[in-house]
Amino acid sequence: MIIFNHLCGVILLITGRSISRGRGTGKLLVSPEPISFLSGVDPETGIVVEKGHPLEGTSVAGTVLVFPYGKGSTVGSYVIYALSRNGHAPAAIVNTEAEPIIATGAIIGNIPMIDRPKIPLDRLMTGTQAIVDGDAGTLEYDGTPV
Amino acid sequence: MVAGMHLDQEDEQILAGEQGETRQKMLELLVALGKVFGAERLVPIKSAQVSGASYKTIGKYGLEWLSSLDAKAVVPAVLNPIGMPRGRWEEMGIDPDFAEKQQAVVAAYERLGIRLDCTCTPYYLYETRYGDHLAWSESSAVSYANSVLGARTNREGGPSALAAALVGKTPCYGLHLDKNRVPQMVIDVHADTAGWGIAEYGALGFHAGKLAGNRIPYFRGIRPEPDQLKAIGAAMAATGAVALYHVEGVTPEAQKIGYDLSGLDTVPVEQAEIASVFSEIPVDAVAVGCPHCSPAELAEIARLLTGKVVTKPLYVFAAQGVIEQNARVVDSIEKSGARVFADTCMVVSPAMEQYRSIMVNSGKALAYVPNMCGGQARIGTIADCIRVATEW
Repeated sequence: MIIFNHLCGVILLITGRSISRGRGTGKLLVSPEPISFLSGVDPETGIVVEKGHPLEGTSVAGTVLVFPYGKGSTVGSYVIYALSRNGHAPAAIVNTEAEPIIATGAIIGNIPMIDRPKIPLDRLMTGTQAIVDGDAGTLEYDGTPV
Repeated sequence: MVAGMHLDQEDEQILAGEQGETRQKMLELLVALGKVFGAERLVPIKSAQVSGASYKTIGKYGLEWLSSLDAKAVVPAVLNPIGMPRGRWEEMGIDPDFAEKQQAVVAAYERLGIRLDCTCTPYYLYETRYGDHLAWSESSAVSYANSVLGARTNREGGPSALAAALVGKTPCYGLHLDKNRVPQMVIDVHADTAGWGIAEYGALGFHAGKLAGNRIPYFRGIRPEPDQLKAIGAAMAATGAVALYHVEGVTPEAQKIGYDLSGLDTVPVEQAEIASVFSEIPVDAVAVGCPHCSPAELAEIARLLTGKVVTKPLYVFAAQGVIEQNARVVDSIEKSGARVFADTCMVVSPAMEQYRSIMVNSGKALAYVPNMCGGQARIGTIADCIRVATEW
């Protein structure tokens, strides 16, 4: 982990593995549970609709979406593509371990994605401003202690 | 060089966008999947078989994605079976709205240079040889290519097989590597197999798939012909997740490579276990061609139907290319009132949902018809199937 001291805060730079290229900026949305995009996320709105999911009722649109890995049908890749087309996709995706559904969706939907970040997911706080660099394979966020 | 995977100069050029945006994206996809599966490099492929051909599966978003792509396949590529025959969907009683959407998906693939045969038997259309690397999708085709032909393919998803068709390569992991092709269990068949046909071998596969799960089985005690091997593999891929199996003295890798079987779990299969797969339930339709019929199977059906008229709907399924190359045999089958359809089958067509029970000669169809079509299924030999379809 590299720490930069900016004028009034601490920016943490976490390294991971590049999966889908590009840079995405947004607020972290952290799910401790895997996500199924087919039937788990509304393709028109980006709102998580899976009953009992920790993110149920929350929109993934414009967020840096952090979750362990994808689950469910491979058709989920096309749902991610649909979200990207209608402007409700996450700005970037961070997975503990990429699997084919999410990796495919991120690439065909032009969503920057990394996996294997060198930090446990439970250390990441929902709402924190973050940048994912899918080419460098990094996650950068504001680590200023609250 | 992208971290974790070796890419050659051409790959780097594609990734830099020198062959257009679609190919760039497709190679990014293959590299990402290579990372996910721990591949060290890409390997050139001889052909591709692309799943995600059915509108029912990919939906409007999948169709939208396909329509956004702009590149041509660089290797021979076909599609997986779809819900209807492209040319004769009205005759099969397919809903026009479904047909229109399905035609749009097929047209999107045509624009990408994919051959429009929708079949689970691409090996009858493209010469596929020992050691060839492929990117195929449909489980029975994957099993046949790996096991019967000694070619090498993982079971690809829709986007990954399409990417492989458009780039001509696939990530080298899984069944592309020698170390992942060795037997993991032995199945000893204790039965008199002398008179066995496709249905009996399909029933064996139906039973053996449950025993094997996701392991690579090595069979002893059977001497199946290619069409019978096709039946075993298709059924095992349905009741288990078997993408490769070996048969002692029969399949190419079992013959060329001396596998060490010591220490492997050995499971016996008795004649009675195969017999118990067969039943005598009444049926209201008969369907053969799962997987799609070979020329030899079509000839056998034509011979059995000579001089007879069907009294129940009799469906025969085969690849369009095989139907065209065997036009006289197909005409002869249809003279009985039976119908020979391309592009679809009893497992994926909504037209089969109208029947309460269907007789098949396939262990794979026996496994899938109850779930996918809602009806019951009964397995019988090809001769029994024709007898039931023509009895008064």
